[in-house]
Amino acid sequence: MTEGVLPALIGTAQPARWPRVEVDAATWEELGDLLAAGTLDLVSLWAEDGAVHAALREGAAAAILSVVATGGRFPSLGRDHAPALRLERAIQDLTGLVAEGIPDLRPWLDHGRWAGGTGGVYEFLPVEGEGLHQIPVGPVHAGIIEPGHFRFTAHGETVVRLEQRLGYTHKGTAGLMRGAAPLHAARLAGRVSGDATVAYAFAFALAAEQAAGIEAPARAQWLRILMAELERLANHLGDIGAICNDAAFAVLFAHFGALRERVLRASKAAFGHRLMMDAIVPGGVAHDIAPDGVAAVEALLATLHRQLPRLVKTYDETNSLQDRTVGTGVVRAAWARRFAAGGYIGRAAGRDFDARRWGAYGGYDALTFDVPVLEAGDVNARVWVRIRELEQSMALIAQALQRLPALPWQSPLPLPAREGEGAALVESFRGDVFLWLRLGADGHVVACHFRDPSWFQWPLLEAAIENNIVADFPLCNKSFNCAYSGHDG
Amino acid sequence: MSKLLWHGLLAPLTEPAPAADEEATATLRALGRELGTATRRRLGRSLAIRELDAGSCNGCELEINALGNAFYDLERFGLRFVASPRHADVLLVTGPVTLNMREAMERTWLAMPAPKFVVAAGDCAIGCGLFAASPVCVGAVDKVLPVDLRIAGCPPDPTALLRGLLSLIAANQ
Ligand code: SF4
Repeated sequence: MTEGVLPALIGTAQPARWPRVEVDAATWEELGDLLAAGTLDLVSLWAEDGAVHAALREGAAAAILSVVATGGRFPSLGRDHAPALRLERAIQDLTGLVAEGIPDLRPWLDHGRWAGGTGGVYEFLPVEGEGLHQIPVGPVHAGIIEPGHFRFTAHGETVVRLEQRLGYTHKGTAGLMRGAAPLHAARLAGRVSGDATVAYAFAFALAAEQAAGIEAPARAQWLRILMAELERLANHLGDIGAICNDAAFAVLFAHFGALRERVLRASKAAFGHRLMMDAIVPGGVAHDIAPDGVAAVEALLATLHRQLPRLVKTYDETNSLQDRTVGTGVVRAAWARRFAAGGYIGRAAGRDFDARRWGAYGGYDALTFDVPVLEAGDVNARVWVRIRELEQSMALIAQALQRLPALPWQSPLPLPAREGEGAALVESFRGDVFLWLRLGADGHVVACHFRDPSWFQWPLLEAAIENNIVADFPLCNKSFNCAYSGHDG
Repeated sequence: MSKLLWHGLLAPLTEPAPAADEEATATLRALGRELGTATRRRLGRSLAIRELDAGSCNGCELEINALGNAFYDLERFGLRFVASPRHADVLLVTGPVTLNMREAMERTWLAMPAPKFVVAAGDCAIGCGLFAASPVCVGAVDKVLPVDLRIAGCPPDPTALLRGLLSLIAANQ
């Protein structure tokens, strides 16, 4: 990283990822233009201790820039770059700092119900035009899913605008981490979004290890990758089935659901918990894989190799299903680029980014895998990216298993109590999870910030649903499967 | 496609039911709050469940959803999930009840016709989860609604959920 805007901005060609540099307000304001021009990707934006931090990426380079919020104010980046908007609204809600020049003055996570809150009425954006009607949906939805509010404006059956309102599941997770011992904070990180518990615990562990200046033992690294890929398998299988179900094709829902269950059972056999919560800890992994865990995972791979091709063929050859998924809920490549949308949502719309390849963290650089990318950006493309990723995860699991026998088990390493900061970008099944933390001299967490991939995916759903029929919303929504709890924190 | 259907018919995956949680059944019977003859007649052996996420991390939802897969096949017990609280006998709540979800939860419960049960599923909903002390969470379902049954776990696995829900039916007979 010797060339480019980012090294120039931070004034060094530092080889390490995520160096953090303080800049003045004038430099900060320049960021808005650089982000809007697409020179930089916004990875995250958050505030703590009177300063605002922006995690930025430019090709292979990445850094965190900080600006002191003088008098409690900082220049808004959302003014020039829409993807920063919701993050700035969240900063205002959580810290009381003011994003100067922010074009949207409404709160985001704060619904007026916290201590001292006034429970004010939330103003949805005005919609004008003849023959329009509104459909409010949520926060309690008709299925077994997370809560959020969708305000549809429709013309007949066609959606002309969707506006989301989120924040219902805000639990103050980052606040609960403050002052906590790393092990406890890691458990909290593992509950930011239950479906990505492994990815979050992985990100927390990497960041904490960076801050403490240690590296997890070799065997633990392969076990982490094994868990991360099992988690990806479980979610992709469950979601592909659920997408088929939302297109009223129950047979595939049943079969994919059964395969998901098999992944969870193998995970339990190997790591003692169906979702593998709390299995990754700072310094390593909590327990070695169970003695019969390897056989359980191998048996799972054999079942998947046997059954998956048949299911995929059925998906591909069923016209009624394709009729629903092809051309529905299109995400344009330009949107995906602008929002730096990760995961299958970005990759199905031509954005070739996968944190496992980009960051080569935790041992992924030693393994062989492809990153499938498609261009169409519709529900079908998102399904296909996930089908291809299933195959890649199966290959990665096999490679991780091969490396285990040569390496001895080691308990998690203790984190030396010292001050430090660390950051990590980990590819969850849904996309890249960013996590940053600061440890104090006593080794406890001073501050932690995490950014779910959904922050940059939710807004694209608002765009992708336009001109689709209302009845296709569940299908589009499921094909995105953005996180609510992950987003709300 | 037809092969898939045959395959499903020839080798069903559905497993035998776990036993109802006897302790829970006994507690529910002792509670006896809404288990009069009239209730029994009205509910019979079937219960309609409205699931409600009151700020869960979604881990609990994953396992509740798993109840519908071929291995557990919840509906064979007369238990089914419904979309509207108006159709529900049971409110199955997860999560630490965030302040932002409290009113939606209360309104869902109010929309349900009596007799009705409240089940708190997962450590968060019970009040012993990691978010119990959060200043932006109520901390437990029973601080807001009368809870009839608690199912522990983070998240409770499908078998634990099934045992708990079956105890509701058992107590009803
Ligand atoms: S009990 Fe555990 S799995 Fe369930 S919502 Fe709470 S943290 Fe998530």
